[in-house]
Amino acid sequence: MFTLGPIAFTAPWLLLGLIALPILWILLRAVPPAPIRRRFPGVALLLGLTDAESQSDRTPWWLLLLRLAAIAAIIIGFAGPVLNPQAARPGTAPLLIIADGTWADARDWEARTDRIAALLDDAARSGRTAAVVTLTAAPVDGPDFQSAEVTSQRLPNLSPAAWQPDAATVGVFSETLTGRFDTFWLSDGLARDSRATLLAELESHGTVTVFQTPRSIVVLRPARFEDGNIVLSAARTPSGPALSVPVQAIGLDPAGAERVLAAVDMNFPAGSDVGEVTLSLPPELRNRISRFAVAATRSAGAVTLTDDALRRREVALIAGGGDAEGLDLLSPLYYLREALSPTADLIDGTLDDVLLANPDVIVLADVANLAATEQEGLLQWVEGGGLLLRFAGSRLAASDVGRTTEDPLLPIRLRAGGRNVGGAMSWGEPKTLAPFPEGSPFFGLAVPDDVTVTSQVVAQPDPTLADRSIAQLADGTPLVTRKTLGEGQIVLVHVTANAEWSTLPLSGLFVQMLERLAVTTRPSSPDATELDGTIWLPQAQLSAFGQLNDATSEAGIAGNVLARGTAGPDLPPGLYASEDARIAVNVAGPDTIISTAQWPARIVVEGLEIARETLLKGWLLAAALVLLMSDVIASLAVGGRLKGPRADVAAAALLALLVGFSTHPVAAQTADDFAIAATSNVVLGYVITGDTETDEISDAGLRGLSDTLYRRTSIEPAAPMAVDLETDELAFFPFLYWPVIANAPLPSRDAYAKLNRYLRSGGMILFDTRDADTARFGSSSPEGRALQAIARTLDIPPLEPIPDDHVLTRTFYLLQDFPGRTDSRDVWVEASAPDAELADGMPFRNLNDGVTPVVIGGNDWARAWAIDARGNAMFPVGRGQAGETQREYAYRFGVNLIMHVLTGNYKSDQVHVPNLLERLGQ
Amino acid sequence: MNDALALRAAAEQQASALPPLLAAAEHLASTVILGDHGRRRAGTGDTFWQYRPAQSTDHARSIDWRRSARSDASFVQDKEWQIAQSVVFWVDRGASMRFASSENIPEKATVARLLALACTILLIRGGERVGMTGSDLPPRRGTLQIAQMASLLSQDDEADYALPEARGMLPHSRAVFVSDFMGDMAPIEAALTSAADRGVRGALVQILDPQEEAFPFDGRTIFESMTGALRHETLKAGDLRNRYLDRLAARKDHLTQLARTTGWQFSTHHTNAPATQALLWLYQSLAKPA
Repeated sequence: MFTLGPIAFTAPWLLLGLIALPILWILLRAVPPAPIRRRFPGVALLLGLTDAESQSDRTPWWLLLLRLAAIAAIIIGFAGPVLNPQAARPGTAPLLIIADGTWADARDWEARTDRIAALLDDAARSGRTAAVVTLTAAPVDGPDFQSAEVTSQRLPNLSPAAWQPDAATVGVFSETLTGRFDTFWLSDGLARDSRATLLAELESHGTVTVFQTPRSIVVLRPARFEDGNIVLSAARTPSGPALSVPVQAIGLDPAGAERVLAAVDMNFPAGSDVGEVTLSLPPELRNRISRFAVAATRSAGAVTLTDDALRRREVALIAGGGDAEGLDLLSPLYYLREALSPTADLIDGTLDDVLLANPDVIVLADVANLAATEQEGLLQWVEGGGLLLRFAGSRLAASDVGRTTEDPLLPIRLRAGGRNVGGAMSWGEPKTLAPFPEGSPFFGLAVPDDVTVTSQVVAQPDPTLADRSIAQLADGTPLVTRKTLGEGQIVLVHVTANAEWSTLPLSGLFVQMLERLAVTTRPSSPDATELDGTIWLPQAQLSAFGQLNDATSEAGIAGNVLARGTAGPDLPPGLYASEDARIAVNVAGPDTIISTAQWPARIVVEGLEIARETLLKGWLLAAALVLLMSDVIASLAVGGRLKGPRADVAAAALLALLVGFSTHPVAAQTADDFAIAATSNVVLGYVITGDTETDEISDAGLRGLSDTLYRRTSIEPAAPMAVDLETDELAFFPFLYWPVIANAPLPSRDAYAKLNRYLRSGGMILFDTRDADTARFGSSSPEGRALQAIARTLDIPPLEPIPDDHVLTRTFYLLQDFPGRTDSRDVWVEASAPDAELADGMPFRNLNDGVTPVVIGGNDWARAWAIDARGNAMFPVGRGQAGETQREYAYRFGVNLIMHVLTGNYKSDQVHVPNLLERLGQ
Repeated sequence: MNDALALRAAAEQQASALPPLLAAAEHLASTVILGDHGRRRAGTGDTFWQYRPAQSTDHARSIDWRRSARSDASFVQDKEWQIAQSVVFWVDRGASMRFASSENIPEKATVARLLALACTILLIRGGERVGMTGSDLPPRRGTLQIAQMASLLSQDDEADYALPEARGMLPHSRAVFVSDFMGDMAPIEAALTSAADRGVRGALVQILDPQEEAFPFDGRTIFESMTGALRHETLKAGDLRNRYLDRLAARKDHLTQLARTTGWQFSTHHTNAPATQALLWLYQSLAKPA
């Protein structure tokens, strides 16, 4: 094989034919184009006229060039050119192929497996044994050298992991290596300490070739919360020129579907390997974010999961007593505000307004009585998972709430009046807090000595009181009680939220208690001591490709492993949950810096791309053919023969070529044409089903109906048009005929949005299952099921079979049946208003409003309406004269339907005529 | 096949061309309404022209008594001056005339014959004497002459460019030359000069094919005359166009000049134009007073 740059030739001797080209040039130049003989009486006038240029008797140079190019293409084509011929790699030793197998590999994992496959093919050709190893899942007992064919069969099982190999694992792996072998190392491009030692070990066994492509790798660091904004940073390598990376914030929308909630560009300044971006989002949106991802990058490094650290709980603060004038410090909410505002979003407002916002926590400070509706709403909200935190106060103490029976919004019954201790008018000292009992959410919090309570409301002794008490005073009286209600809970703190009754709000314990109650969130991730001994259940795990997979069936992970924070085989990146808290483990830590792996100069570093062998013979021969074709036209033009019909043919060929290359402007043009055609007249549309026969029948059917309308009514529609739900604008059509076929594909999301907009804005769709409705409203016929699938996401109102007094029965003809090719009574339309009354002196009800947006039936109307080009009916309907009558009624139904679409409820309005006349008379 | 049969076949072939030619010529002639052929002055003739008061020089015999009896004066009846004019035709029979650039356009020869014969019919109807130049068909009147004209016109000549025949022209008669005038100009000049010498006036009708007027050729071409006797090879026919058109214009100029000096009329007719135009022009140019 003879190689010339990236091209090799299988039959290089044929290239000698190229030497003949100059000879050909001379020959072709010497032979002018053949003359045309013409009879011409005027020749007498021509005698003696000489040609101005003697040069032009030769073939023009460009024509020569064209011919030579054609011949050169043929010669080169037959010489068998091959683009990117594969060079064989010599060697007989076993082959060890190492891939790093990290998340950085995931982005182009296919290319890597292709490269490995190519290497294995190579090894198979030279009969070498081979083993393939990823460092993230290195085999404990060393590489398993097998024949290359066997190894390549296992290749599809190879997958990258979402972490990086740690030095220990790599060290263990390098100790298992024995014997002589050559190594191909597919590097992921990231620098790592373990590389140098492994490389030295590998070199002691044979030659090492490294494949590494210089490319930009970006890894997102965990998002953090700063001054009310989300700060997102990322590291990159290499730190080249300025780079802008699109980052998306992804989370569940209110409907529960995952979608991009925000998108922002993260900019890396030139020369910097760290980029940062600040997002300011409304709390509702922010709390929905479950992860950030670099758009369109398939790698776990391009994803960072968010956990509680980013969530800010919404807390509504409501105080009783209205606008009592007083100092801020005396406000029942002052200390709450101070404690909560750094870590939570506070909501103010009336209870009704606050409930609409659906906060995480509602704090009622000394609120005793609630209106019935407020109470209901609050109960509903608590049962749905809300946390109601109540503080006592003089009002609550004075009220009768929860006196005799337990108030649903209080965890316990209250004694009248409460108690005062250690005051001027009472005995005893102010009470301190007892240590928190085990099982209390506050367990483990240190109780400072200076927290004292002087007044409190007192719980009635109840059997449940001991269970519900989660904090007590030193004398055993409950200080904080709690009960669960539905999915939520109600907590009552028996003192005020200000410093009036106790010093609790002044102490740091107050903040810690709020935190334990999950009123606020932990500002930073928990430390190792906190995590020790806990078990965290994985909620979701991140694959190397950046996909979030459900992992609730995985085993729990010990807290001390989680405390390590770096992902590894025993701690896959993902989201881990324990009780109320959730912790995200990400590929990158907050300070991760990545850099490009550098290899010693003695190591051969190759690119990852394998260029596939491409045979160019066919292309060259095709090019030669095209050149010869154009030579035909050019020769005719030069010889003056390109006239008359020949010129037309040549122009047509040229035009076809040009049109073939420029379809895009034509498409844009057709969109306009479509709009003009659809709007310049009333046009009935039918939905393209993809089934050619059905579409043709729809077209013929609507043509028949259009003709009938034209003849019988003042509606004069133009020819019906096919409507592609995906691409065409629907708003131009007052009426769409939609034949449902059993295997109809569902429209796309955009198409559904368009359809719903169409239905809401007054369009009508006639669904025709064409199954004669044998299954009674399509419960089990295939078309019926298809219709149900299609209609599931459509905005269709409640339906009913056409009632006898529906306006469709009298918009033009008086009808009681709506047959098509089949005659089933069940045709469904929008249900009439339930309170419709019988009109005075009329046989129908007052049904004045609305055109039904859909008509659903299975009578195969299109076939009954269908006419061919000569206006003859295309399909038989029924038998004999009765059948023709049925067809006539089918047409009448069509006329009524289109009249209904275009005139709405006009005929229904006729019930008012007597009234109107009466009024006119006055 | 014996001679008689061959002659018969040739005669049939010849004759077969005549009725269509005659019919076409009649048809063409019928489009022209006769009526301005009279001399429009008093003279010898059969037709009444006008009454005029009798002069002293008039014979008493010539007084129209019927008219004079209605008034006091005597009147003389003038007859319109009628002189039978002799018109001789020369129609180019050369091979160059048998050219048509497309199937939709008639040959130049066909148009020339049609024109000549239609004019003949009109003239015969007008009472003139019509014939051919040369000695083949001296001018005579009568419809038989039309048939004889037709049979003579149908003959072809083998030469590329036929020479004009200027003999047989009566003094002060009229003559019509129909040709493409593509051949040598010297014989035409000589013929016209000798005709003018004898006081013969007439019309030159140049019949041209549209292709001869436009020269829409390109590329390497060998141009041949109709018999192939003349040929001219060019490598770029397109380059010759302007020069050819210049020469054609010069030739037309020359003919116009020649016609002016000899008192003849000259016009060019293209075969793709309706023949009626040419016929009208020809008829009116003949009707002009000498």
